[in-house]
Amino acid sequence: MGSHRLGGATLFALSARQVTKRFPGVLANDRVDFDLLPGEVHTLLGENGAGKSTLASVLCGLYKPDEGAVLRNGTQVRLTSPRHGLQNGIAMVHQHFRLVDRFTIAENVVLGHRNLPFRLRANDLEDQVAQVAERFGLPLDPRVTVGELSAGQRQRVEIVKALYQGAEILLLDEPTALLAPPEVEKLFETVRAMTQAGKSVVFVSHKLGEVVDISDRVTVMRDGRVTGSVARGEADTRKLAELMVGRDIDLSPRRSRVAAQETLLQLDKVGLTKDGIERIANISLSVRAGEIVGIAGVSGNGQRELAEIVAGLQAPTSGEILINGARVNGIGTRKVREAGLAYVPEDRLGTGLAPSLSIVDNLVLTRDRGFLVDRKSALVEAEAFIKQLEIKTPHAHTATRKLSGGNSQKVLLAREIFAAGDNSRVLVVCSPTRGLDVGAVEAVHKLLDEARSSGKAVLLISEDLDEVLTLADKVLVLYRGSVVHEVAGHEVDVEAVGLAMAGLS
Amino acid sequence: MNSNVWILTFADAISIATTLILATIGAILTERSGVINLGVEGILLMGAVTAFLVGDGTHNLWLALFMSVLVGVAMATVHAILTITLRANQIVAGLALVIFGTGLSQYIGKPVEGKSRPVTIEPMHLGKLSDIPVVGPILFGHDIFTYLTWAGALVCSLYLNRTRPGLVLRATGDAPATVDAQGVSVAMVRFVHTILGGALMGLAGGWFMLARGTAWSQAATTNGIGWIALSLVVFAAWRPLRAIAGAVLFGFTLQVPYTLQGQQINILPPEIVQMLPFVATLFVLVALSTPRARKLLGAPKMLGQPFVRDER
Ligand SMILES: Nc1ncnc2c1ncn2[C@@H]1O[C@H](COP(=O)(O)OP(=O)(O)O)[C@@H](O)[C@H]1O
Ligand SMILES: [Mg+2]
Repeated sequence: MGSHRLGGATLFALSARQVTKRFPGVLANDRVDFDLLPGEVHTLLGENGAGKSTLASVLCGLYKPDEGAVLRNGTQVRLTSPRHGLQNGIAMVHQHFRLVDRFTIAENVVLGHRNLPFRLRANDLEDQVAQVAERFGLPLDPRVTVGELSAGQRQRVEIVKALYQGAEILLLDEPTALLAPPEVEKLFETVRAMTQAGKSVVFVSHKLGEVVDISDRVTVMRDGRVTGSVARGEADTRKLAELMVGRDIDLSPRRSRVAAQETLLQLDKVGLTKDGIERIANISLSVRAGEIVGIAGVSGNGQRELAEIVAGLQAPTSGEILINGARVNGIGTRKVREAGLAYVPEDRLGTGLAPSLSIVDNLVLTRDRGFLVDRKSALVEAEAFIKQLEIKTPHAHTATRKLSGGNSQKVLLAREIFAAGDNSRVLVVCSPTRGLDVGAVEAVHKLLDEARSSGKAVLLISEDLDEVLTLADKVLVLYRGSVVHEVAGHEVDVEAVGLAMAGLS
Repeated sequence: MNSNVWILTFADAISIATTLILATIGAILTERSGVINLGVEGILLMGAVTAFLVGDGTHNLWLALFMSVLVGVAMATVHAILTITLRANQIVAGLALVIFGTGLSQYIGKPVEGKSRPVTIEPMHLGKLSDIPVVGPILFGHDIFTYLTWAGALVCSLYLNRTRPGLVLRATGDAPATVDAQGVSVAMVRFVHTILGGALMGLAGGWFMLARGTAWSQAATTNGIGWIALSLVVFAAWRPLRAIAGAVLFGFTLQVPYTLQGQQINILPPEIVQMLPFVATLFVLVALSTPRARKLLGAPKMLGQPFVRDER
């Protein structure tokens, strides 16, 4: 690492000194020190809730620290707003994008730029935006409406926006959370292009695997504190994992320990044709009590449709679905649930939970017994879950939208696995650990394993191949709506599965 | 049937459209910022009665119109304070303005109820243009405000689509958090445009009184035109230029029954047309009720929602 010395002291582009930030009931940042050198990629690593976003928000001027200071080029700056941060060359790309869907890319990029002329000439602006985008290897057509873009493209718009406004320091908050692997690679190229142009990047992440590649230095946070800072070369995943979690993590394979029993979920030649396109072709599979069947595949190969068909959200256009031997196709979600299905959708907060309701309310939401809710026993039950599953929350009455991804997923799983009762014996789970940190991944896997051991039939649909391989007793690969590969969990040949996923088997 | 009558009807339709356009643009500017002001009808009435009273007292046309603009500004300011600063429910605050405007205009207009208008906005004669057969009387026999209003719609459209503040305005209605993150005050943008919108609505009322109303009558002067303007906003998909077309269409619909009646043709009784504002009101409320409908119609995404900075 290069050191930039001036008058004997290292001159950092941006530093946090003993930054403390409290929220009601949480100490989000506890005397945090952080230093960013010019031209470096400095990763801020930590589990969800560790305080990374809070620190980044303090650094960009969104939050005012309760104590401590922010230094820009060695002198203290009192940032009062993100705008003020930007005037100091600091910009943050938030985890949740802040774009206007109905605007074009160019309009989004130039929005809020104070030195814009009163009269806007669309062509000029589009040219300028395209130029900035190109300089950093971010191909974008400035005339396209943002509402039509993928998550990866939106992120590029956010980055271009920051660069257009003259940012020297970019704080990227969980930039890879929504990206597919090839998009991540592209993002890394952009990050490199930016540092080559002399910009510095703070890369916030909770994913161990990816940060080693891109970072010049990794600073790890846990529970609001910095637990260590490791330079490139000294950083290995095991060390980082320990700093992150404070204990060893077990992500080794989990297989069924009980003999599988009767078939609970069966699909017989199920097909779905929509708008003249065959989305699901002739899928037959069965899941027995006490086993997990994993569906692997690259995103967009029919996973969503398959899950929705089984959950009763869509009716198949051909074939039969049997739960517990009873035919359930096309009878609607409610009846399907009554037949014994529990469903954990991919979109946790949108479809799975009611975001503004409390944990307690969400737990009793799908219960059908009676008209009145017994609040007291519901609360007791919720508190038991919170303790047992180590759900981090100020209170059982906290709205689920305020929970981190891992914790809200735990609530949802708790409801679908345990609170649903013994009547629900078929569990369909979609990408259950997407966007979660290692600790939470471990917890979710443990929960699914427990569901299996308790005799449920679990259908796990996941784009994360490692997850499928870790959990499934039987692996099926979905490609263009068909099952193209089928193998028992303990006999998996990873290469063969990979080829099948790419449609090459 | 006498073709002159139809020419007059078209001319009248375009004339009535002036009020509709002014009020609709006022509402568009307001709504583009994310604030919905259902008080249009109340502001129109207050603008009208103010123009009448000031005209009656001073016989100064310009002062009369200026005062109706001021009244519009005052009422919109109340709405802005209630909904932006105090985050009151925008629908309720708007309806309160209507009730307030209806009552107060009735009260202060009582002494002059039925009195004929004191000053008149005279139509212009545009020389040769006005003498063109058919087209002349329909298009070129109006007063200066009609033409200014058309120009205003164009300016407003350019403002929205081609200027920096227009860009910020559109963003404020759609994604206030984004605007806020850029360091622009959402409240300020909303205040400015709600008040600007109120000014236009006030002017719409004043103009209607002095150009088209023959006498002040609380019950009959604006006759629900404010509600029609609100539905025009939806019809126009929040675009000023489209508002012109919609306004002329509605102006025509409002005028035709009277023409027919004058011709002793009774296929469309005026009572039906008098229902139009109520239908329009229902239409607006239904159209804006569900997020789905709003999305379909292209309403500003955060229309009617107070903005609170969420620290998460
Ligand atoms: N605006 C807020 N209000 C209350 N609590 C918050 C807020 N933002 C973050 N927190 C809490 O502060 C802690 C740190 O959160 P955050 O910085 O978002 O973590 P990370 O980005 O590392 O996941 C968490 O416990 C979170 O619940
Ligand atoms: Mg975060």
